[in-house]
Amino acid sequence: MSKKKIRVEDISKPSEKLTHTEVKDFPPLPPPYDKLENLPKWDPLKCSNEIESSLDDTIAVALPKPKTKQEEQELVRKFLSGLEKLFTKENNWPFLQLLTLTMEHCAKCQTCSDACHIFEASGRNDVYRPAYRSEVVRRIYNKYLKPGGKFFGKWKHGDIDLNWTTIARLCELAYRCNICRRCAQTCPIGVDNALITHELRKVFSQEMGIAAKELHDKGSMLQLKVGSSTGMNPLVVKDNMDFIDEDMTDKTGMTIKTPWDKSGADVLLIHNAGEIMAWPENPGAFAVILEAAGISWTLSSEVPAYDGINYGLWYDDFQLARVVIKHAQAAKKLGVKKIVVGECGHSTKTLMVIADRVLTGDLNIPREAAMPFLEDIVFSGRIKLDPSRNDFPVTLHDPCNMVRLMGIVEPQRRVIRKICPQFREMTPHGVHNYCCGGGSGFAIMSGYNFQTWRKHISGRKKFEQILNAFKGQLSPDIPKYVCAPCSNCKGQIRDFLFGYDAWEKCRILYGGLVELIVNAMSDVKPGFIEWEWH
Amino acid sequence: MSLSYLITYAAFITFVVAVVARIHKIESMPVHLRWELYPVAHEGKRAHYGGSYFEELNWWTKPRKFSLISELKGMIPEMLFIKALWENNRPLWYRSFPFHFGLYCLIGWAGLLVVGAAAQMANLYIGVGAGAVGLAIHYLTIFAGAAGLILSTFGALSLLQRRLTDPEVDGYTSAAHIFNLCAFLLALIVADLAFVLVDRDFSIARAYVQNLFTFGNGPAVSSAIALEMVLFSLLMAYVPLTHMSHFLTKYYFYHKIRWDDEPNFKGSELEKRITQALGYPVSWSAPHLKADGKKNWADIATEEVDK
Ligand code: SF4
Ligand code: SF4
Repeated sequence: MSKKKIRVEDISKPSEKLTHTEVKDFPPLPPPYDKLENLPKWDPLKCSNEIESSLDDTIAVALPKPKTKQEEQELVRKFLSGLEKLFTKENNWPFLQLLTLTMEHCAKCQTCSDACHIFEASGRNDVYRPAYRSEVVRRIYNKYLKPGGKFFGKWKHGDIDLNWTTIARLCELAYRCNICRRCAQTCPIGVDNALITHELRKVFSQEMGIAAKELHDKGSMLQLKVGSSTGMNPLVVKDNMDFIDEDMTDKTGMTIKTPWDKSGADVLLIHNAGEIMAWPENPGAFAVILEAAGISWTLSSEVPAYDGINYGLWYDDFQLARVVIKHAQAAKKLGVKKIVVGECGHSTKTLMVIADRVLTGDLNIPREAAMPFLEDIVFSGRIKLDPSRNDFPVTLHDPCNMVRLMGIVEPQRRVIRKICPQFREMTPHGVHNYCCGGGSGFAIMSGYNFQTWRKHISGRKKFEQILNAFKGQLSPDIPKYVCAPCSNCKGQIRDFLFGYDAWEKCRILYGGLVELIVNAMSDVKPGFIEWEWH
Repeated sequence: MSLSYLITYAAFITFVVAVVARIHKIESMPVHLRWELYPVAHEGKRAHYGGSYFEELNWWTKPRKFSLISELKGMIPEMLFIKALWENNRPLWYRSFPFHFGLYCLIGWAGLLVVGAAAQMANLYIGVGAGAVGLAIHYLTIFAGAAGLILSTFGALSLLQRRLTDPEVDGYTSAAHIFNLCAFLLALIVADLAFVLVDRDFSIARAYVQNLFTFGNGPAVSSAIALEMVLFSLLMAYVPLTHMSHFLTKYYFYHKIRWDDEPNFKGSELEKRITQALGYPVSWSAPHLKADGKKNWADIATEEVDK
């Protein structure tokens, strides 16, 4: 490929766009997507006079352009002050050690590049290299914040200029990484470029008050104010669950009544509330399984304990802490024995792993992922299962948060192997999986043409993996199921399957694990999974 | 005492101080949030597929199994053979592995020179015709030294060639990278020449080390060997001051980050450290945090947001 090399220092040089992405550069997909006419349209974003859009062909944050030079300078100053705070123990004890090591020890060998699905899918665009963004941050830090940086920074890392162009592009660039940490897995030293993305987003949010709207204003803020990023308040969520209960009762022939705020229940189940709105069959299937297995469980109508999402994980430590503390307080109030997090990877990791060093004393209530919890039910014999009801090709997506970053690999596989006779793995899978392309908040970000970017670039590798997993069976006559036990992954998979028209062209449906379990339950009416696009 | 010995003493002290300072800097940082990355080597039977204790029902009620054997199985191939590079970047491995393994051999060689020097001071003859111990030290030193010099010289040369010609790293190669590789090459080439032309059994190098013990009051040492030793000494002092200190920090990357899956239990030592960190005052200035430098972490995390 004879593309012009984009260098790290180029980020500071004003131009219309730092880089372009073109369909001809994207790696080919398997048939039927080897033909251009079967691909979704690629609509690169034009430049805007109002919004900063000079990084590439899309926008995620949509930063308004500063009106004056003074305003620009003030934002640059703030960025630098935020970057400095990242390296103080008071402001950044949660990640100080990790960040310091990662900043100091990159050998710049580029081993990590080949691990990144975004870099690969973009046709190896320099700007999407895992190390590109990190190197910009490293050079700024070393030049502008370290003693003698003007000389030693350049000597050690190379030069960079800090100006508004750099910051505006860097802000967008912080949202071109799924924080899936696949690159970190391959680094021979242990350096973590995803961590730098994470910390960079924190500088923008925690110091400058800048974040993707879907994550902050319409995400964690709405959740803390109303109870859920879906906008549902406690009354609405209960109403919606009532509908779901009725629907489940109809569909399964069992009487389903979701328990709310049951003091002393064994289990407080926390769903990603997006499920209730977008995929009601998922919380419905949970209710069916838990009722059939005779589990003592409850949902909480406390704000925001009926919504497990925690977008702070991706951009703001304080927003994260605020939400987990409220989740734990709700569990404490109910006196449950444990919290079980529904099928949502980032919620699971936040509550179990990240919050583990935030929640202390009585708030440190045991927390468990849905996978081992469901595995126990399935293998305990408490529900009767008929695998022949799931006799269609099934593949499994590994949500990065739950698998690579928590080590929950086998429980869901053991369940699927038991109930899905035509299960097949993707390549690679398990902890070496590829991100769906919706990680770090992308799945809920669709402003401007960002969804198109997700379909073509961040989701391309996963789509390719799905097509390959069903190789030889892609005909629309054979219904196929991608099991994605994570709400955000499902959102992303839905968007790209829809974008590539994969339901019509290949009959590929997606859904969670609980739907497969209920579909196999011999005590419920057959046909729980409805083979229609949703 | 000649200047070369003074340089070696100073380099050794610099090395120790730099390593201790680096360890102190890392160790004195506060507790951090968990950020593990699977596979985690000490997970025993689950390690091979990357599983964790979170796969168990009611995991907090189960005894935590920590498999040292499994951890060593993860660590040793990484330390000795740079397994991650073998798996993820084979062309670079062919360059980097000889370089690093050659340096390990040279560290072993230096250790053998120290042992040999001490033995000579105890009147043990080392060389052809010596007793079993003297003979073993003699041949092992030659083997470690020769292997180390050949491998690391080849490695350094091929790493430099990659830095200068591979478009993948174009733009990511700084002046320091080139300087560092050239510094290694200079020391290695001088050592190679000294080995081939002056000191084929490393007996003069051993004499140099013996002189370090006796503050220069030992056998005379040729200037070629003194130069070789000075260059190696300077490298020893320089490496821990640079990003090449990853020989040390890689331990932290693995043990304190990737594999740090220690759960926090009520009343634990870890909980005390977390509580202390939650008390740090915060000065982030975004409006939704309203941090003023006085409110602490816990205050902000438990504050209601403006409705
Ligand atoms: S992060 Fe690791 S793999 Fe990537 S360039 Fe740096 S040292 Fe190499
Ligand atoms: S974290 Fe994932 S998306 Fe981000 S650079 Fe690494 S591999 Fe790419």
